Amino acid sequence: MINLTINGLKTSVEDGSTVLEAAQFLGFPIPTLCHMEGLEPYGACRLCLVEIGKAPNTKLVSSCTYPAQEGLVVRTASSRVLKARKMVIELLLASCPQSKVIQDIASAHAVNQQRFKQEHEDCILCGLCVRMCKEQMMAGAIGFRGRGENRSLGTPFDVKSEECRFCGGCMYVCPACQLRCTFNEPEKAICGGCQNLSPPCVEEEKFDDMMCYMAPCVACEIDKA
Amino acid sequence: MVELALQPLKESDEVTPERIRKIIDRHEGALGGLIAILEGVQAQFGYLSEKALGIVAQETGRSLVDIYGVANFYQSFSLKPRGKHLVSVCVGTACHVRGAPAIVSEFEQRLGIEVDETTEDKEFTLKTVNCLGACALGPVAVIDGHYFSKLKKSDIEKLRHDAQEGFDRAGDEEDRRIFPVDVGCPFCNHSFMDSGFYINGRPSIRVTVSFGDKHGWFRMSSLYGRYDIFSEYEIPVDTVSHFFCPHCHAELIGSWECPMCSAPMVPMIVRGGGTIRICSRSGCTGSDGHMLDLR
Repeated sequence: MINLTINGLKTSVEDGSTVLEAAQFLGFPIPTLCHMEGLEPYGACRLCLVEIGKAPNTKLVSSCTYPAQEGLVVRTASSRVLKARKMVIELLLASCPQSKVIQDIASAHAVNQQRFKQEHEDCILCGLCVRMCKEQMMAGAIGFRGRGENRSLGTPFDVKSEECRFCGGCMYVCPACQLRCTFNEPEKAICGGCQNLSPPCVEEEKFDDMMCYMAPCVACEIDKA
Repeated sequence: MVELALQPLKESDEVTPERIRKIIDRHEGALGGLIAILEGVQAQFGYLSEKALGIVAQETGRSLVDIYGVANFYQSFSLKPRGKHLVSVCVGTACHVRGAPAIVSEFEQRLGIEVDETTEDKEFTLKTVNCLGACALGPVAVIDGHYFSKLKKSDIEKLRHDAQEGFDRAGDEEDRRIFPVDVGCPFCNHSFMDSGFYINGRPSIRVTVSFGDKHGWFRMSSLYGRYDIFSEYEIPVDTVSHFFCPHCHAELIGSWECPMCSAPMVPMIVRGGGTIRICSRSGCTGSDGHMLDLR
């Protein structure tokens, strides 16, 4: 067990826990975006910033990737943390204001405007879909390409990946698109129930419900009939 | 049909799982060997094709997207076919203020292509790089592994012509790309220069060579760009020999492979800075030098 202090409260957590897990265990709210249980911590969104160490040598770290250490002093809501967190929210709003997830986080933290050049990206590079595809769906069909400002997300060579089996997991976790697949009627904005009449899961390997987010899916309906 | 088997095999450019397997086998056991494998594939086939990456993914058991991510992260990997000659012009800060943009546009005009394009006859590919670490010599360009410093716009047309002729074939004594080097052992730092034996009017480079059950001296020209050699025992063509330092007797070997025949390269250090590597296969003229400007 590791003993640490969070917001003045002493607590002990199991070896290998992160600061985020310890804080959540005590009930301190820390906003997260790129964090999801069951997926490897990634530390991309920087929303879960906390302040560690004793004054004047404190520093900001992302709590989702920072392992709990013996004797660590953590503050989750100091003025420095709140200021930095507000900045992160503003930056997220600047890049992807149409995301419901980001809007919710902003309103929960009373951020009503942002001071940067407004853009409308359709991806914030949080890496949730990449980890979902690789770690939970065992596919590894999508990933990051390029570098710096040209970094993008997609399949190798922008062609349909052979590993992809249309499980829909990437769309399910995406905070930026938040739209379920509408097949060929995007204006309806509701799930089209996978109108592809021959999804690969019918023809080749069978995956159980746990490995598919495409419900309702025509393939399953055919199978049941 | 024994004669047929003795003929040197003409290497085709076809990407096959067997040839890629061979490259991967050389880096087996190294968990982080992906970059080395991709370098090997690029050295052999000129670029990383979709098919080649697919085979690498299959053979190493990684997902294609991981390998693709690495391949298009690094500047030195190319996913498009490259021309015969690769021109890299430095546009780093120092070269920029010394006039690199003019050099780039001159190359673009002379070759009739934009940066990151290949000429239609598949002769030249033009690239820009952000720094070659030779800022004092700017503007710098590298063509087929040869560095050219303090470039002026008027130099470009000659460079284009010389590149097409082949820098290695140039035999002119006044050629600025043939120049004398003083080399030594990378392990004990002793000089290899032998003033008791002159080749091309210069002290020769003497090392010890070993192949089969033969073991003797080996001398070569110290003019970079010339391939005149003398050996105590005649080395049969296509033999990969081992080379040793005559002073500390360490084997001259590194982890490099000949870009032309994949045999191990023999490293030597150059007095004044840099290294030279020569191919250990007799008959192969593969060599590369990474030197500070010696002219």
